[in-house]
Amino acid sequence: MSNASSDSPPVFFCGVDVGASATKVVLLDGGGDIAGSDVRLSGVDYQETAEQALAEALAGAGLAREQVERTVATGYGRRNVGFADEVSTEIQCHGVGCYHWAQRAITVVDIGGQDNKVIRLAADGKRLDFKMNRKCAAGTGAFIEEIALRLALPLEQMEELAASTQRAVKLSSFCTVFAKTEILSHLRAGVPVAEIVRGAFLSVVQRVIEMDPLGGDVVLTGGVVAHNPTVGALLGERIGRPVIVPPQPQLTGALGAALIARRAV
Amino acid sequence: MAEERKSLIKKIGSTAAMNELMAEYFKELDQAANTHSAKVAWCTSVGPAELLRAFGFGVYFPENHGAMLGTSRLAPDLIPAANAVGYSPDICSYCTSDVGSYLQKNTPLTKAFGIKTVPRPDVLVYNTNQCRDVQDWFSFYQREFDVPLIGVETPRSVGEVKSEQVQDIVVQLKGLIPALEQVSSQKFDIDRLREVVASSYRCTLGWKKVLRAAENVPSPITFFDGTIHMGPAVVLRGDDRAIGYYETLHAELQQRIEQNNGAVDGEKLRFFWEGMPVWGKLRAHAELFAENRACVVASTYCNSWIFEPLAEPDPFLGMARAYTELFIVRSEAYKERYLEGMARDYRIDGFIYHDAKTCPNNSNNRYGLPGRLAQKLELPYVVFNGDLNDLRLYSEEQARTQFEALIEQVS
Ligand code: SF4
Repeated sequence: MSNASSDSPPVFFCGVDVGASATKVVLLDGGGDIAGSDVRLSGVDYQETAEQALAEALAGAGLAREQVERTVATGYGRRNVGFADEVSTEIQCHGVGCYHWAQRAITVVDIGGQDNKVIRLAADGKRLDFKMNRKCAAGTGAFIEEIALRLALPLEQMEELAASTQRAVKLSSFCTVFAKTEILSHLRAGVPVAEIVRGAFLSVVQRVIEMDPLGGDVVLTGGVVAHNPTVGALLGERIGRPVIVPPQPQLTGALGAALIARRAV
Repeated sequence: MAEERKSLIKKIGSTAAMNELMAEYFKELDQAANTHSAKVAWCTSVGPAELLRAFGFGVYFPENHGAMLGTSRLAPDLIPAANAVGYSPDICSYCTSDVGSYLQKNTPLTKAFGIKTVPRPDVLVYNTNQCRDVQDWFSFYQREFDVPLIGVETPRSVGEVKSEQVQDIVVQLKGLIPALEQVSSQKFDIDRLREVVASSYRCTLGWKKVLRAAENVPSPITFFDGTIHMGPAVVLRGDDRAIGYYETLHAELQQRIEQNNGAVDGEKLRFFWEGMPVWGKLRAHAELFAENRACVVASTYCNSWIFEPLAEPDPFLGMARAYTELFIVRSEAYKERYLEGMARDYRIDGFIYHDAKTCPNNSNNRYGLPGRLAQKLELPYVVFNGDLNDLRLYSEEQARTQFEALIEQVS
């Protein structure tokens, strides 16, 4: 697999996922286990952020840069990663990353900061097809951020509030701006904020359900479910069976990229 | 990884001849409008151009101007002017960019051919076979220029084209004659019409040969080349110069075939493009596919200017059939069968569907067709959201990711 001799230090494989909101790095050892990782906001300088994320992941794992044998970059900023040997789409990487955990036919739902993807994989991990959401914030992490802003809530509090109630308002608008107007009318009517937040989560789930019939075992990944597990619970309720959330769901894209890097050697 | 790459687009040598021909065409129109040496008719792209030519009109196609507004990327700056006077951002962006161009007195013809304004019309002639937008678009100019607006109303979503429907179009076409006689001050001459229709038919055959050359593996021409080289088939059908041009172009493609010289070096994958091009992104899209050794070999769009029924001995029947049997006029079931045939003929590896926000008429992904075809043919597909002209409705990154993911899937 690698050309490391017994006295040279072991080699590692790096996956970098430069998303619209966050940059994720995963380091894999030769056996395919995660040796280190990092997540940080992508900011405006993708190249610099990717460098910092790699440095942090290496430091956390106690590794030297030279030990990285190969790097695959993915995500919107994949072409900005100067140290990558190869690029791959998020669709490919999320598929590979999720299959790594599931090892069976699955439907991957990735709810990212700026877009959603549905990827169907066969039992052998081969991609059958994929869909991306229409270009709109509705149903993505950006929607939740907008609603948090409207409600003057820190983003971290959204999950706590959504989980604190079983009641949810219905936000029927496709459009984020219209949804915010709807929220105003709910606030005027005295609806508790927690019910509005849960309604916003449900609205995200609704947009995902509109993308695809979501057959078979559904694996949910991405930053939104990483920070808001209630979104996963609500999606499970809507499709009538629990969804599978892999460990560290925000890292699946970077993990997939690292697995592709490892496969290439 | 981010360094500038050399362009991978292979130039077609005949392009220079086409540019000359297009320049000639526009200059003649400009002269006709300025000196009144000939009357000018504005015609929809699949309108009765042959009939207009038979009357000696210089024929100008606002949709062609729309495409130029797209490729020159003037459209996104001009559309807001049309929006501001009540033309919604949700309607045809050819229409809104063209109206915007008129309102802002800014046309790409100036830079391309040194022409100050689009040629002023003496008559406006439409066919609603493609959409209703063209009629409303031309109505704007009817009010502005106070010239006659006449046209043909064609049924839409037609399955089998029935003889009653064709007869109705024949009657409507003949019904245009009195107005055209009046505007042109010329008597209708059936022999002249026969000549023009015969010429238009020969142009169709030439253009078809060019497009069919792409059945060869590797293909000597891409869809992106096709969208540019279709110019003469759109604006000069019925004029023998278009026939000559396609002979030249076909000879070049034939040579490429003989030399096994594909339009995309090392062609590994072949795709079909359903829907309109994103005019302002032609080059970017061409580069992206070429980089990945993928050739978009065929499209419904370029094939829409093949009018084989013009071979009919009766020129009215020929025109009526040609303009009613078009893909865009037909039912979903017909379209599905048509695409199935294309997939087979061009040996494609997958479909790209462009869901153009402002043109539902050319966006055939909206009633489940991609999924049905994918299942039947076991070929993957991607639907990307964009637009023909309004780049505000297009996300470069999303489209790129989707194209690349499709390529990964079939690689
Ligand atoms: S078919 Fe579409 S692009 Fe063409 S004129 Fe009609 S609406 Fe516009």
